[in-house]
Amino acid sequence: MRVLAAMSGGVDSAVAAARAVDAGHEVTGVHLALSPAPASLRHGARGCCTLEDANDARRAADVLGIPFYVWDLAERFRADVIDDFVAEYAAGRTPNPCLRCNEKIKFTAVLDKAVALGFDAVVTGHHARLADGRLMRSVDTAKDQSYVLAVCTREQLARAMFPLGNSTKAQVRAEAAERGLAVADKPDSHDICFIADGDTRGFLGRRLGEQEGPIVDAASGAVLGTHAGSFGYTVGQRRGLNLRRPAPDGNPRYVLSIRPQDNAVVVGPRELLEADVVAAHRVVWTSGGLPARQFDCAVQLRAHGMTSPATVRVVGASVEAALEVAQVGVAAGQALVMYDGDVVLGSGTITAARRADVAV
Amino acid sequence: MPYLDHAATTPMLPEAIAAVTEAMGERGNPSSLHTAGRAARRRVEESRERLAAALGARPSEVVFTAGGTEADNLAVKGIFWARRAADPRRRRIIASAVEHHAVLDAVGWLVTHEGAQVSWLPVDRTGTVSPLALEAAIAEDPESVALITVMWANNEVGTIQPIAELAALAHEHALPIHTDAVQAVSTLPVDFAASGVDALTMTGHKLGGPPAAGALLLGRKVECVPVLHGGGQEREVRSGTLDVPGVVGLAAATTLAVERRAEVATRLAALRDELVAGVLDRVADVADNGHPRRRLPGIANLTFTGCEGDALLMLLDAQGVECSTGSACSAGVAQPSHVLIAMGAGPAEARGTLRFSLGHTSTQADVAAALAVIAPAVERARRAGLTSVLS
Repeated sequence: MRVLAAMSGGVDSAVAAARAVDAGHEVTGVHLALSPAPASLRHGARGCCTLEDANDARRAADVLGIPFYVWDLAERFRADVIDDFVAEYAAGRTPNPCLRCNEKIKFTAVLDKAVALGFDAVVTGHHARLADGRLMRSVDTAKDQSYVLAVCTREQLARAMFPLGNSTKAQVRAEAAERGLAVADKPDSHDICFIADGDTRGFLGRRLGEQEGPIVDAASGAVLGTHAGSFGYTVGQRRGLNLRRPAPDGNPRYVLSIRPQDNAVVVGPRELLEADVVAAHRVVWTSGGLPARQFDCAVQLRAHGMTSPATVRVVGASVEAALEVAQVGVAAGQALVMYDGDVVLGSGTITAARRADVAV
Repeated sequence: MPYLDHAATTPMLPEAIAAVTEAMGERGNPSSLHTAGRAARRRVEESRERLAAALGARPSEVVFTAGGTEADNLAVKGIFWARRAADPRRRRIIASAVEHHAVLDAVGWLVTHEGAQVSWLPVDRTGTVSPLALEAAIAEDPESVALITVMWANNEVGTIQPIAELAALAHEHALPIHTDAVQAVSTLPVDFAASGVDALTMTGHKLGGPPAAGALLLGRKVECVPVLHGGGQEREVRSGTLDVPGVVGLAAATTLAVERRAEVATRLAALRDELVAGVLDRVADVADNGHPRRRLPGIANLTFTGCEGDALLMLLDAQGVECSTGSACSAGVAQPSHVLIAMGAGPAEARGTLRFSLGHTSTQADVAAALAVIAPAVERARRAGLTSVLS
């Protein structure tokens, strides 16, 4: 097959491309330039599209002996990922930009362009497996990225290749070293690639401006303090609330929700943070059709989060999951991903979370 | 393998390779006083004389540099600094909007860091700077002008500027004028003295010489502050131990290129016309950019409406046809060309443009090979172009 290897300049995508070459495919490497003004050098583990990363990808392609190009997707990335990220926070939700990038950039913009240019598939270094068109977790559970791929449709996955799913990260690094790829010991990237300094709050503040609002007690409705912008708070957050008055029972208070209507940050005790009913919309059935109107599965509610057994009820393009084990810190905007063992059944975007025994 | 990117760099002439190779086997620093040093110096000075003779300059007007970018930076910054030092009012640079980045960014740096002002000369749809525009720019405030810089011929679209007229105009106002003639020397008659310019950039690797060897032709009376300080070589304008093999190869290649210029130019113009006519014949909605007549003979700059140039380049590369999207930044991302934008193109048109450039090794077979694959490649790139716009 003619395959396009998306090469970030990291070790995973380099080894994935190498394996595609070994498998006998005709591979072309492409680095996605996602920033309109990339920094020259990489600093630590943050960021993913410096000129140094582009150069690392180019050198890996040289070693593999494959053609290599840079595709400028900065404008699409800004519109589909960065602007969306900011808008979601402004609406009081907590988006996952990696998931959004997979949905809109890698498996839409890049895949569509690749197919139109005559490629049969896109190969990436994601840690996940594809078997009979079904998306599955990587054998390396710590590095598994099926959660951020679960937004892909069956049609998109039919043209995707994830050659690393049966390997651990340690095996990938060892293989990269054996193959003479200079990126073998390059640090893993963490955090959000377009916020190079890691200061998400500062990034949002510069775009949204200071928006002062109340910090409200969930039980009493009393105003306990003020904040400079609700985008600086995440559901489940405990530190940095700067509340002058302690809770009456002396227990710590957590961010329970963001109320966009009055720009309020709602806080309360840990018990109220627990949710065992989670609703999600924009549901995608990743590995085939709708399993049933109601079915049992395991759900994961954030990247690298724990799963909980759940009963899922399907209502149109939405689902409601009743969790067997209540979860804390379930944030609207994150993905609810449904698993059957290692197999991803589907995913949706979380709209609300509550306690079954608390009236809505 | 049809190589159609000679404007990026062109293969070295065998005679230049031989000259460089021979010089690399010799010893001696041309600044040394002993026998080996004098021998090296002799090779440099003979090369200087040959280069000067080929380009209508005096040997003392040749300042060897490590290529075109350095020569452009030296001219723009050095003349600006010298003029401003002589008269603090002179801090305005008049530059054409279609300059190479080596001039553009040197001017930009002076604006950001040295308080320079800039008047950009517009171009018409053919990419030509009008002498009237220069006249108007000077007239804004003649006393404030530090220097004028307009390229001899454009590297992307090939349009040739009326340099002699612009130089005459500059001299009416006693203003110094620099020209980047990097693309011009191999196919146009370039005579430094006759052109009237005060400084001229040329480089080796665009005419069959070694890369990283070039020169600034700098009139004897033109004041220029050095960018590189050190041993005082090259009229104390450009310090640094001279690259003897580079200088020898540059002179050998330039001499030959100038000797063969008329024949090569005629041959390339015919091949280029065949290429353009062939593309227009096979592909609909193609625009042929640049001046219809006053254009470098080896350059064809074509806009394929509805395509992304980088996608088309990739498809042609896969078929063995090597060309260019015009200007590339260090990340390899094609930016919409400032040249085409200045000529009135929209960003989409600019992005859908490829440059095919021919040189001394080009043959009819190269043109035929490109024509054999262009239509299906454009068709496919157009489908991909539409996909990325619609989705």
